[in-house]
Amino acid sequence: MSEQLVTIEIDGREVKAKAGAMLIDVADEAGIHIPRFCYHKKLSVSANCRMCLVEVEKVPRPLPACATPVNDGMKVKTQSPLAVTAQQGTMEFLLINHPLDCPICDQGGECELQDVAVGYGSDVCRYVEGKRVVADKNIGPLVATDLTRCIQCTRCVRFGAEIAGVRELGATGRGEHMQIGTYIEKSVDSELSGNIIDVCPVGSLTSKPFRFRARAWELVQRDAVAPHDSMGSNVHLHLRNGEIMRVVPKENEAVNECWLSDRDRYSYQGIYSEDRLTKPLVKKDGEWQEVDWKEALEAAANGLKAAAGGDGDQLAALVSPNSTQEEIWLAKKLLQGMGSDNIDYRLRQGDFRPGQPDRPWLGMAIAELEELDAVLIIGANPRQDQPLLGHRLRKAAMKGATITYINPLQLVLNYRSSQWVTTPAGMLEELAAVGKGLNLRRGIIAQTKAEDRHKALAASLKEAGKAAVLLGPMALAHPDASMIWGLADAVAESSGATLGLLPEAANSTGAGMICEAENNGKVRELLENPRKGYLLCNLEPSLDLHDPALAGKAFDKAEFVVALSAFRGDSLDAAADVQLPLATFGETSGTFVNAAGDWQSFAGAAKPLGEARPGWKILRVLGNVLEISGFDQDDCGQVLAEIEESLAGRKPENKVKVDVNEERWMPAEGMARIGDVPIYAADPLVRRASALQETVHHVEAAVRINAETAKGLGLEEGGQALVSQGDGQATLPVVIDETVPANCARVQSALAGTEKLGAAFGAVTLTKA
Amino acid sequence: MANEVCLRFLGKETPWKLKNYQSYGGYEVLKKILSEKTPPAQIIEEMKTSNLRGRGGAGFPTGVKWGFINRDAPGKKYLVCNSDEGEPGTFKDRDILRYNPHQLVEGMIIAAYVIGANLGYNYIRGEFWNEYRRFQDAIDEAREAGLLGENILGSGFDFELHCHLGAGAYVCGEETALLESIEGKKGQPRFKPPFPAMVGLYGEPTIINNTESLASVPVILEKGGEWFKNLGVENSGGTKLFSISGNINNPGVFEVPMGIKFSELLEMAGGMKDGRPCKAVIPGGSSAPVIPGARMLDLTMDYDCIQKAGSMLGSGAVIVMDDRQCMVKVLERMSYFYYEESCGQCTPCREGTGWLYRVVSRIENGEGRMEDLDLLDDITPKISGRTICALGDAAAGPVQGMLRHFRDEFEYHITHKKCMV
Ligand SMILES: Cc1cc2nc3c(=O)[nH]c(=O)nc-3n(C[C@H](O)[C@H](O)[C@H](O)COP(=O)(O)O)c2cc1C
Ligand code: SF4
Ligand code: FES
Repeated sequence: MSEQLVTIEIDGREVKAKAGAMLIDVADEAGIHIPRFCYHKKLSVSANCRMCLVEVEKVPRPLPACATPVNDGMKVKTQSPLAVTAQQGTMEFLLINHPLDCPICDQGGECELQDVAVGYGSDVCRYVEGKRVVADKNIGPLVATDLTRCIQCTRCVRFGAEIAGVRELGATGRGEHMQIGTYIEKSVDSELSGNIIDVCPVGSLTSKPFRFRARAWELVQRDAVAPHDSMGSNVHLHLRNGEIMRVVPKENEAVNECWLSDRDRYSYQGIYSEDRLTKPLVKKDGEWQEVDWKEALEAAANGLKAAAGGDGDQLAALVSPNSTQEEIWLAKKLLQGMGSDNIDYRLRQGDFRPGQPDRPWLGMAIAELEELDAVLIIGANPRQDQPLLGHRLRKAAMKGATITYINPLQLVLNYRSSQWVTTPAGMLEELAAVGKGLNLRRGIIAQTKAEDRHKALAASLKEAGKAAVLLGPMALAHPDASMIWGLADAVAESSGATLGLLPEAANSTGAGMICEAENNGKVRELLENPRKGYLLCNLEPSLDLHDPALAGKAFDKAEFVVALSAFRGDSLDAAADVQLPLATFGETSGTFVNAAGDWQSFAGAAKPLGEARPGWKILRVLGNVLEISGFDQDDCGQVLAEIEESLAGRKPENKVKVDVNEERWMPAEGMARIGDVPIYAADPLVRRASALQETVHHVEAAVRINAETAKGLGLEEGGQALVSQGDGQATLPVVIDETVPANCARVQSALAGTEKLGAAFGAVTLTKA
Repeated sequence: MANEVCLRFLGKETPWKLKNYQSYGGYEVLKKILSEKTPPAQIIEEMKTSNLRGRGGAGFPTGVKWGFINRDAPGKKYLVCNSDEGEPGTFKDRDILRYNPHQLVEGMIIAAYVIGANLGYNYIRGEFWNEYRRFQDAIDEAREAGLLGENILGSGFDFELHCHLGAGAYVCGEETALLESIEGKKGQPRFKPPFPAMVGLYGEPTIINNTESLASVPVILEKGGEWFKNLGVENSGGTKLFSISGNINNPGVFEVPMGIKFSELLEMAGGMKDGRPCKAVIPGGSSAPVIPGARMLDLTMDYDCIQKAGSMLGSGAVIVMDDRQCMVKVLERMSYFYYEESCGQCTPCREGTGWLYRVVSRIENGEGRMEDLDLLDDITPKISGRTICALGDAAAGPVQGMLRHFRDEFEYHITHKKCMV
């Protein structure tokens, strides 16, 4: 509202503030501390704890600073007898029913109640009656409850209602009997659920996997960047003896604010999973043998050299977009040293026709998403793919943005939007019709008809103050990804909207900048025309590639495959000849470039498990063994400096040069596969995070079809279906799912059981098995 | 001079029927206002003149409250009537709902006209099932007769009225908890400001008045603000419904002029049972501090006088106790009420009410210690004035009153482990 400045006085100090700002915020800004529990800067004011009571001149009663707007000339005393007795009074009330057994509480040592009690509590307890006891509830595998410790501040309840966008927790009962719970026994399933641990000021909600495993004061805190989605959430690693005990958000308003997605919070458990690769392995006579690093590196170098046989083009590198800039850079350099340009990171992409952006990105800063007035999102499920980007979009929606999705799935969203659900082929039609609504005539747009909704969307994009057209992972995995880019670009351009990508992985944007995808390899070509030698970095062939069947065949044919991997798995065991144990999240230094093009570097914090080594070091030494020049960096920073020098300030950009008249590869008729990636299956690390795999978001491979489609095929819930794609087949259970459009089969990727199938999106046939 | 306003038709043939209410002159004021299109500002002035102070307990001048809403501002506005009547000892609104529901409907239509509300709710105490039925019947009759709904009596003014039955929580009588409850949420008071006149039901400007306040409106406008004011005394205009109960011969509801002597009221209620002496009186519902009987007999029933005596007129619920009543037991019962009825959101009330109850209960059960009295003295001011709603003050008031006037009884209880009486 008013930006008018007022002058107030707090404890005798003159402070300038925006008229109407809450006193507690103004005091915080001025560095004057007022105790609080229910207040949280990202949540609505509830003013229920009464810890922040202060004296305001001319007001006889103490007022809550969290709910008192400042006005000019106001004189506030936070330490006056009136204020202090009020604060001490509240403190005493809060403690009468609190267990006061901090030594056995998981929160001990990092508890807001404990801290404030030191300042405002008394050392004598005047309450001699029995204390309240509340039965704990099982709210799922991620968050432990110890509800007797609850101080009813309702931060967790407000977090659910206001941030997570799902009212999963509530307060039932009156007075002393007021309890936090789910009402009906149920788990808390939001993809952001772990944040309730952080907002809870006491030990009522704690991390289930971490609980009772370490005390706060035994932990060393290190900064890092989350390794999954393209948000690049800033995190603190909490370590004990070099082991990551837990991950918590590090505040960065421009990126993750003060939140963290559950995936980023709990995936660290994967680091210590049983199938962690801790020793170099070499396949001898078909058997894997543990060897020392020297032997492994020599085997890798010799194998690659022999496979190339002097022809660099016989070598290819596939690097995960979850790899660091430094790893990708050195892999590229290594290949170049051997005469090959064949490197790619677009593992889940199927269509590589030219004209797609070379270095795609979000097209704006993350926080700018909130400011959008109209958004068209194509082929994306942000709540699953990038939960906190999804949260920014939700904020935009709550502020009134019109958000429209064109997807081959009905999403479960926590805000108002329009969802146009159609087949993969239909997605192009919808998008083209929006173009038609903008009076475009190019290519396939000319053949479509704009209905009212298309025209309305076209108008809203055009009239919005800020609009965006955003593509997501399902658009990139689409057989006509290039056409989608072309159409989206046309719509964005003619409506004045910003074109952007919601990239899938922690370093997708950075990888694009290094790989210069247009000039270098293209995954599909590198597998369709098998090379003799492959270098695989940080991926599992059957789970992380667009077309596992194709990949399987290529690696079978290859003479020599070197894998840098943090984990063992069947498909790597089958494909590789040498496996080099890779340091993973928290163990390696490096840099990720997030969706918005922010370069975020981090240092290694945890001790790499066993003999695992950071990828940049492995590649550096491999370069030495191969006697390639330019592999003498002493630390990660030098590698980064090289990258920066080579990119010479180049920025990501969404420049599209696609003729929207290309042949459509997705058949309009017949059954289409929808192979989106489940939230906790996205990469090798999260697939091994045990608590996340126990949540309701864990899925097993299945064929999800709607009832009508099932009926037409004679399939039913619980039955089995034979899924065929080319010569790849899988028999999977049938699940009736009305979020899937007719004539589509949602067979999600990255799940055990789908290894033999083909492209994530494409034609598929289903029969009763 | 009794029963002149809200209960004016008491004793007449079924005055809750529309036909009869109309035949006694009901809805005439409304008709006049709507046909003459009386300027709302003029009605507000008349209400101010009448000196009607909100009968829900807080005593805020009704005319002033109505003036907080800008009738012509765009957007929805709501009118809400508070018939939750949860304050122990209070049972006056029930009689209005029972015997004169149409006068409340008429008052609500007029109030809605004044503030520009097209939708209203009457929030009725959960236990008042029969009254709820009767009020609903009145609404239905009025709607049938074109007195509610669209284009009332051809005036172009629309007003729809709904009943909302509560579910038994005392705190839902607090106006903002009541709004939450109507919205389908847990009945918890909201932090104020913003006040309901700015941000009320569903976030829109809302006026909330007590049943008695609204039911008084048609008579005030019929006979004039001046007339009403002159029924009462300085600062307390008009008549008031008192629900008087306790150790008296004839408990019930009496509509009498403000400023009436307590002794007169007591007499109307048949005097003390068995001729026992009046030991103590709670003059304004359980939240009001107790006043010793002897003192009370000298007081008049109006806002100022009762306040000067250290208590409050509140909802006009008068609880009379004779010398057989143990004040410790009485307080224990009241403290238990607040302990059970605290909504639980703010710390001093949630934790403090339980603490108060347990200490008082300990004393009552012969397990008290002398320090407990100081403890009570110390805790109560840490509750009152520090909570989101006035339930915190309501819980602290009775304890403070009892200890002020009957401390010796508490001491006796502690030393002798039994009642003094
Ligand atoms: C705990 C609590 C309970 C209340 N219960 C009632 C009630 O039952 N009926 C009522 O009219 N007002 C009740 N009030 C007062 C209302 O909040 C409000 O002041 C009143 O309805 C306003 O109407 P009036 O201005 O006509 O008095 C209660 C207040 C509190 C704090
Ligand atoms: S004072 Fe009591 S009833 Fe009122 S809001 Fe606070 S806890 Fe709820
Ligand atoms: S922080 Fe202000 S009342 Fe809780």
